[in-house]
Amino acid sequence: MPNQDNNPQGPAGKSRRDFLKKSTALAALTIASPVLVKAAENDEKIAALFEQMPLRLEVNGVAHTLSVEPRVTLLDLLREQLHLMGTKKGCDHGQCGACTVHVDGKRINSCLSLAVMNEGKKITTIEGLAIGDKLHPMQEAFIKHDGFQCGYCTPGQIMSAVCCVKEGHANNADEIREYMSGNICRCGAYPNIVDAIIEVKKGGQSL
Amino acid sequence: MINFDYIRTFTTKAAVDAKVKSASSQFIAGGTNLVDLMKKGVTSPDKLIDINGLPLKQITADAKGILIGALALNSEVAENAIIKTKYPLLAAALNAGASPQLRNMATVGGNMMQRTRCSYFYDITMPCNKREPGSGCGALQGQNRMHAIFGTSEKCIAVHPSDMCVALAALDASVHISGPKGDRKILFTDFHRLSGDTPELDNNLQKGELITGIHIPANAFNKTHYLKIRDRASYAFALVSVAAALEISGNTINNAKLAMGGVAHKPWRLTAVEKFLTGKPANKETFTAAANMAMEGANTFGQNNFKIKMGKAAVTEALQQAAQKI
Ligand SMILES: Cc1cc2nc3c(=O)[nH]c(=O)nc-3n(C[C@H](O)[C@H](O)[C@H](O)COP(=O)(O)OP(=O)(O)OC[C@H]3O[C@@H](n4cnc5c(N)ncnc54)[C@H](O)[C@@H]3O)c2cc1C
Ligand code: FES
Ligand code: FES
Repeated sequence: MPNQDNNPQGPAGKSRRDFLKKSTALAALTIASPVLVKAAENDEKIAALFEQMPLRLEVNGVAHTLSVEPRVTLLDLLREQLHLMGTKKGCDHGQCGACTVHVDGKRINSCLSLAVMNEGKKITTIEGLAIGDKLHPMQEAFIKHDGFQCGYCTPGQIMSAVCCVKEGHANNADEIREYMSGNICRCGAYPNIVDAIIEVKKGGQSL
Repeated sequence: MINFDYIRTFTTKAAVDAKVKSASSQFIAGGTNLVDLMKKGVTSPDKLIDINGLPLKQITADAKGILIGALALNSEVAENAIIKTKYPLLAAALNAGASPQLRNMATVGGNMMQRTRCSYFYDITMPCNKREPGSGCGALQGQNRMHAIFGTSEKCIAVHPSDMCVALAALDASVHISGPKGDRKILFTDFHRLSGDTPELDNNLQKGELITGIHIPANAFNKTHYLKIRDRASYAFALVSVAAALEISGNTINNAKLAMGGVAHKPWRLTAVEKFLTGKPANKETFTAAANMAMEGANTFGQNNFKIKMGKAAVTEALQQAAQKI
């Protein structure tokens, strides 16, 4: 399995912690206001808040050893550090489903998951569904049934749809609508999305 | 989101110790409520204590009932074979909440601890006694369509948004808690609070305490129904919801439990109505009378006046649907 080391700590390999320490100390020396001197004394504590944490996870079959701030969400990690732009940010608050990915095979909203909480997990994004040039059956079905207009919600819809079938929640149109309700489509492609899912379910392929 | 320290814990004791040590720390489980609130700036803990490494995921049943670990996922509980057959009211309430993705992240403990969805609580530029005690309540004279009609105070009219908790209140569950002073159990209906003078407190959990599990006693309810009324068919919080559990033999109601969601600062248990229902025939007349009784004492604030009519209809319908179950 390939291993990619991404350690985006800046050009000199210095962490923000070091940078902060230096800049605070420098400011304290030049202006020497009591507040800033105090800040320099508390340096250790302030810096700790910006500490990067080591994080190991697997994305689409590729193992990564990373370094992230605790506040980085899985969504931002995928898009901004791993440059996997397929997963979309719609609302960033769990309300639209555009950011849906699979974690250890389960669909979740990556915008509400802190990246550091995915230590050791296997993540699958829309980029990981196709095998080489061969599209995933759900991707094929969305194309065939025209399951989108602008396409912004589509990666999330497809990731969610794959699990909807796998979980056994795609037995009829009503059930599909209920179990796909976590994915909003502003363009209203819902009827075609339901048709695509019904076809994949009927096809009975292993997903 | 303001940055924070993050630690992982693997025992209840370590989690509780860490919480006691750091005043502005918070536990994090699924993160579906906490991360949302942190992004909005509603809360900014300086440390997050990840409790997902704690051994609290188990669901274990015996003749006396079922114990659900605080870290069991909402989806796992809803899909659990024993829950589905013996406690279908809980499964139905869970499946009525949030979305499949969110239920795959949300835990039982986190669900109980979720904060209100009142828009004044969420908007940090607005007054809100729950978020900032003493700043006032924007909803009293403002946007209060989603708000409470029972047990309100002039300090806060927010509602508790959970569906799961409405079923647990009806099923006489109890909460298992671990804290710096040891372990304790309290009745589920005593867990959440009314807003009163201290709307900043949602529940009776004390400093450093962790929910470890929920126990539901075995029951003989053969007819149950969870009815949720919302602005769209799915993936929306309740305007009004009703959890109804009936034990019916022949046509007589031998035992009844009833709770409502979307109407109060806590899951609203209707014990007087339960007493009224006991021994009565299971028919439309009984259910309508029960629904009228359920709405007694309601107090509305303008935009939420409709909740009285809706609440009545919802109670009648939930009891009827329950009674019709095979
Ligand atoms: C868009 C959206 C729609 C939703 N719709 C619904 C709905 O219709 N119905 C519904 O019921 N819910 C709904 N929810 C809410 C959802 O159910 C909760 O966010 C979820 O249950 C919280 O669980 P969690 O594990 O993610 O909690 P977290 O976000 O991890 O934690 C929430 C709080 O609980 C505390 N906590 C967590 N575990 C424990 C513990 N064991 N002991 C003590 N404290 C603890 C944390 O410190 C934090 O303060 C919705 C959420 C979103 C984002
Ligand atoms: S971006 Fe995550 S749910 Fe909308
Ligand atoms: S295709 Fe445009 S939002 Fe769904």
